[in-house]
Amino acid sequence: MGSLVLLLIPIIAAIAIIVGSPARLTAVISAAASLVIGLYMAFTHTCDCWNFTASMLPALGIHLTLGVDGMSTIMVLLSVIVLFAAVFTGKSPEGHEKLYYSSSLFIAGGAIGAFLSQDVFFFYAFHELALIPTFLMIGMLGRGDRKAIAWRVTIFLAVGSMILLAGLLWLVSATGGSFAFSDIAANAASIAPATQKGIAALLIVGFGTLISLFPFHSWAAPAYASAPAPTAMLHAGVLKKFGLYGLLRVAVPFLPEGMAAWTDILVILLLGNILWVGYVTVNQKRLDLMLGNSSVMHMGYIFLAIAAISAVPGNDIAVPAAVVLMFAHGISIAMLFGLADTIERKTGTLEISELGGLAKKAPALAFLFGLAAMASIGLPGLANFSGEVMVFLAGFRDYVPAEGFGIVQIGTILALWGVVISAVYMLRAFRKTFQGPLVPATEDATEAHFCVRIPAIVLAVALIAVGLCPNLLLNLLK
Amino acid sequence: MELPWLLLLIPLASATIIHLGLKRNAMVSAMVSTAAVGITLAITLIMQGKDQALSYEWASLGDSSINIGILWDKLSQGMMIVVAGIGTLVHVFSLAYMKDDEAKARYFGCLSLFMFSMTGIVLADNFLMMFMFWELVGLSSFLLIGHWYHKDSAADAAKKAFLTNRVGDFGFMIGILMIWGITGTFAFSEMSITPGTVTVGVLGAAVLCVFAGAMGKSAQLPLHVWLPDAMEGPTPVSALIHAATMVAAGVFMMTRFFFSITPEGAAIADVIPAFSATTIAYIGGITSLVAALMATQQSDIKKILAYSTLSQLGYMVMAVGLLNPEAGMFHLFTHAWFKALLFLGSACIIYACHHEQNIWKMGGLLKKMPLTSGTFFAGTAALIAVPFLTAGFYSKEEILYSALTPEGGITPLFCIAGFVALLTAFYMTRACVVTFFGKTRSDNADHAKEVGPLMFVPLLLLAVMAVIAGFKPIVEAFSAMDPRPEDMSSRVGHTLVLITSIGSLIAGVALGYVLYNGKDKEPFNIGLFRERFYIDKIYDNILVDKIQGIFANLIHFLDEFLIGGLIVGGISRTAGGVGNLFRRIQSGNLQGYSFVLGLGVLLVIYVTVFLSK
Repeated sequence: MGSLVLLLIPIIAAIAIIVGSPARLTAVISAAASLVIGLYMAFTHTCDCWNFTASMLPALGIHLTLGVDGMSTIMVLLSVIVLFAAVFTGKSPEGHEKLYYSSSLFIAGGAIGAFLSQDVFFFYAFHELALIPTFLMIGMLGRGDRKAIAWRVTIFLAVGSMILLAGLLWLVSATGGSFAFSDIAANAASIAPATQKGIAALLIVGFGTLISLFPFHSWAAPAYASAPAPTAMLHAGVLKKFGLYGLLRVAVPFLPEGMAAWTDILVILLLGNILWVGYVTVNQKRLDLMLGNSSVMHMGYIFLAIAAISAVPGNDIAVPAAVVLMFAHGISIAMLFGLADTIERKTGTLEISELGGLAKKAPALAFLFGLAAMASIGLPGLANFSGEVMVFLAGFRDYVPAEGFGIVQIGTILALWGVVISAVYMLRAFRKTFQGPLVPATEDATEAHFCVRIPAIVLAVALIAVGLCPNLLLNLLK
Repeated sequence: MELPWLLLLIPLASATIIHLGLKRNAMVSAMVSTAAVGITLAITLIMQGKDQALSYEWASLGDSSINIGILWDKLSQGMMIVVAGIGTLVHVFSLAYMKDDEAKARYFGCLSLFMFSMTGIVLADNFLMMFMFWELVGLSSFLLIGHWYHKDSAADAAKKAFLTNRVGDFGFMIGILMIWGITGTFAFSEMSITPGTVTVGVLGAAVLCVFAGAMGKSAQLPLHVWLPDAMEGPTPVSALIHAATMVAAGVFMMTRFFFSITPEGAAIADVIPAFSATTIAYIGGITSLVAALMATQQSDIKKILAYSTLSQLGYMVMAVGLLNPEAGMFHLFTHAWFKALLFLGSACIIYACHHEQNIWKMGGLLKKMPLTSGTFFAGTAALIAVPFLTAGFYSKEEILYSALTPEGGITPLFCIAGFVALLTAFYMTRACVVTFFGKTRSDNADHAKEVGPLMFVPLLLLAVMAVIAGFKPIVEAFSAMDPRPEDMSSRVGHTLVLITSIGSLIAGVALGYVLYNGKDKEPFNIGLFRERFYIDKIYDNILVDKIQGIFANLIHFLDEFLIGGLIVGGISRTAGGVGNLFRRIQSGNLQGYSFVLGLGVLLVIYVTVFLSK
C-alpha cells in the first residue's frame, strides 16, 4: 500500500495543479511529502507493507504489481530527492506555472512507478508517461531552438522505446507470456542462447538510446541544455536511470548468455561515451551543453559495471557499483543543472567565455557549484567517487594476472583516462566561471537566494552522506 | 576511541567547523585551526613507539570490503612528526603572515582540510584509502594555491596542479588495481609477494603504474610543471605543502609500497623487477639534474626554492629507485625541516619587502633583517650539505651511497647526484649573495624591517631542526628512517662519498660567490634554463592547445556531423517527414510529440492483445 501512496502523491498533485490548485505550493508540499515517505521507505524497505497488487487486465495477465527491493528503494530515493530539489529550485516563467510544476511531478511520478513496477507492462508504460511531459517542457518552455530539439528528442526516444518494447515483448513471449518479473525470472533459464542474444541486442539498443549510449547519444546534450532546469534535473538525474535500471533488472539477470555475447561491443560503445563524448565535452563553450555532455559521458561508467557483470555473471561488485553510481550521478547532475540555472539568472549568460570571478560576488553559489563539480569528477568523500571506484574494482574483480588483461580490464584502464578528461572540462569551467577577475556579466551578480540554496544543500547532504558512508546504500542492496 | 583516530578527526572537525560556521570570524577560525594542529602534534608525540593497527569498514562489497584503517608503525610515526611538527609551525607563522588577509578564515579552514588529508595518507593502512586521501590533498592543494583566486595566475596554477596530478593518478589507480589483482588485497599488511611467483613484466608494469602517482604528487619529470606554478599560493602554504609534506608524499607512498610487498626476510631487490627500479631511479636522477639547472637562472626567490625542492625530490625518488627507500625517507625527513625553514624565511623577506619576490630587487638584507638572514643561512647550509654540522649532509650522503655499486664503484647516477650537489651549492650561494649581501636595489628592500616574534620563533625552531635532524638521537626519538650503520667509516666507498660531497660543496659555493658577489643584475642569460627547458611552453602551446584542442575540436565536429547529422539525421528526417504529415493535419508540434508517444503506448496495448491470443 505504501508504494501506491508514493506513486500517487506526485500524480495526484500534478492533476490537482492542472485543475487549479496553487501550483508551486502544491508541488513543494507534495514533493516534501514524497521525500519523507521515500526516506521512511529506505529504512523499512523489507516490510511487506510496500508491496501492492491490483489486477488491471486479468485476461491479459497484466497486474499492477508494485514492490520494492534494495535497488528500487535506492532509485525511488533518488527520485524523491531530485523531485524535491527540482520543484524547489525551479522558477516558472509567468503564466506557465501549471505546465511547469505539474510536469516535474509527472516525470517523477512516472519514474517512481517504473522503479516500483514488478511487471513489464507497467514498467514500460510508466516510463512512457514520464517522457511526455519532458517533451512538452522542452517544446514549450525550452531555450534556443526548442522545437527542433524537442522533435529530435521525441524521435530518438520514441524509436528507442519501440526497439525496447520489441525486446521486452520478445522476452515476455520467450518466457511463457506472463508480464510479471517473477514469472519471467522463473522461466528465464529456458531461453535459448540465440534468442537471448537477439533479445539482449534489442534491450541494449532500446535502453541504450534512452540512456544516451554511444552512438545513440546525440539527443541528450541539446535536450538538457534546452530544457527548463527542473526538467533537465529530473530527466538527467532520474529518468535516464530508467534505462540502466532496466538493464540491471531485466537484461543482466534474465539474459546472462545474451549479455555475455555483447560484452565486447558494449565495452567499445561505453568507451565511446567516456572518451569520445568526453572530448566532445572538453570542446563545449556553454556551461549547459558542457553539463549535458558530461552527463552523457558519465553513463559510460555505469555501463562499465554492466559490462563487467556481463562478462562474468558472478561479479559481486558490479551491481552495487552501478547502483551507487546511478544514485550519485543523479544527485550531482541535478545539482549542477539547478545551479547552472541560477548562474544564468544571475549573470544572463551561460557562455563560459563571458563569465568570470563569480565567486567574489556569490561565494555560497561558488561553494555549492564547486562541491557538485568536485563530486562529478570523482572526489573522494562525495558519492560519485564511491560509485566510480567500485566500478573500477568491478572491472578488475576477475582479473587474473597470469592471463593478461581481458576486454573489461582494458576497458577499465581506458575508462580511467576519462577521470582526467572530466577533471579537464569541469575545472576549466569552474575556473572560468568563478575565478579570475570580475567581468561585465558578473559585476552586478548577487548571491544565490535561499530558494536555490536549500535544494542544493539537500542534494549536497546526499552526496556527502553516501560519499562518507557508502554502506548507507550498500546495506540496502544486501 | 583509540588515540590515532583523533589524528584524523580533529583536523576534519576543525575544517568542517570553520567552513560551515566560522567563515565570518577570522580570528576564531585561526585559533581553532592552530589548536587542532597543536593537539595533533601532541598526540603524535605521545604515541611515538606505540604501534597500532585499527580498521573500520567503509564499504562492503560482496565478499570483499574497502576499509578505512590506520597503520601506526615506525614509518607513519616518523612521517607524522614531520607533518604535524611543520604543520604546527606553519600555522603559528600564518597567524602573523596572513593577519590582514581578507579570506583568513577560508585560509585556515583549508589548512585544516590539508592536515586532515595529509594525515590520511600517512596513516592509511591500505592502498584505496591512501588513494582517497591522495585525491583530497590534491583538493586542498588546489584550494590553497588558488587562495587568491581572483588573480588569473593563481587560478590557473591551481587548476594546473590539480590536472597534472590527475594524470599521475590515472596511472596510480591502474597500479592499485593491478596490485589488487596480483596480491588479492589492498591492505599493506597482507600485500607481500613471494619472489618469483609473479611474472616480472606484470609486476614491473604495476610498480611503474603506482609510481606514476608518485610522479604526479612529487612532481617528477615530466609531470613536474605544476610545482613551480604552485608558488602562486601563500608562502606558508608553499612551505608546508609544496616543500615539506605533500610533495614528499610520493616518496612516502613508494616506501610504504616497497616495504609492504617485500616479504619478511627478503630484500626489496628480490621482489621489485630491476627494469622498473632503474626507470624510477633515472626519472629521479634526471629530475634532480634538470630542476637544479633550472634553478640556477631563476630570479624569483620562491621559484629558486621551488626548483630546489623539485631537485631534492628527485634525489629522494632516485634513492627509492635504487631500492634504498630508507635513504629517501631519511632525506625526506631532514629536507622537510630545512626547506620549510627556507620557504618561511623567504616569506619573511617577501613580507618585509612589501611582496617583492625578485632577488635582484633585494640585496643587503643581512643588515636589515639579521635574524631572518641567520636562519636562512642555516637552512641554506643544510640544503647544500655543510659537512658534519647540518642534517642535510647526512641524508645526502646516504643517497650518494645508494648510487654506488655494491663494490663501491661509480655509476652514472652517482655522477649526476654529485653534480647536482655542486649545482645546489651554486644556486643557493647565488641566491644568498644576491639577496643578503651588497647594497639594497629597490625602495621596497630599503624599507625592509625584521619580522615579529610570531614569525621568527617558528624560523628559529626550524633552524634548530635543520641542524640537528640528522643526528642519531634525534632521528631515533622521532622514529625517522635511518639507513646508517653503526660504524660509518667501515662502509665501502666512504672516502669517495665524502670527497664528492665536500668537493662539490666547495666548488659550488666558490663558483657562486665569485660569479655573483657584487653583481647588480644577472650576468648570464641562459634561456634554456630560465625558460625551464621550454617544457611548460611545449605543454601549454602544443599538448594542450594544439593536440588536445584540435583533437577535441575534431571529435566534436565528427560527433555533430557524422553521428548527429548523417546517421541520426537520416532517421529523424524520415521520421520528421511523418511528423510533418501530422503537423499538416493537426497543426502545431505538441500533438506531433504526443502522437509519437501515444503510438508507443498504443503499440504496447495492441501487441499485448495480440500476444495473449
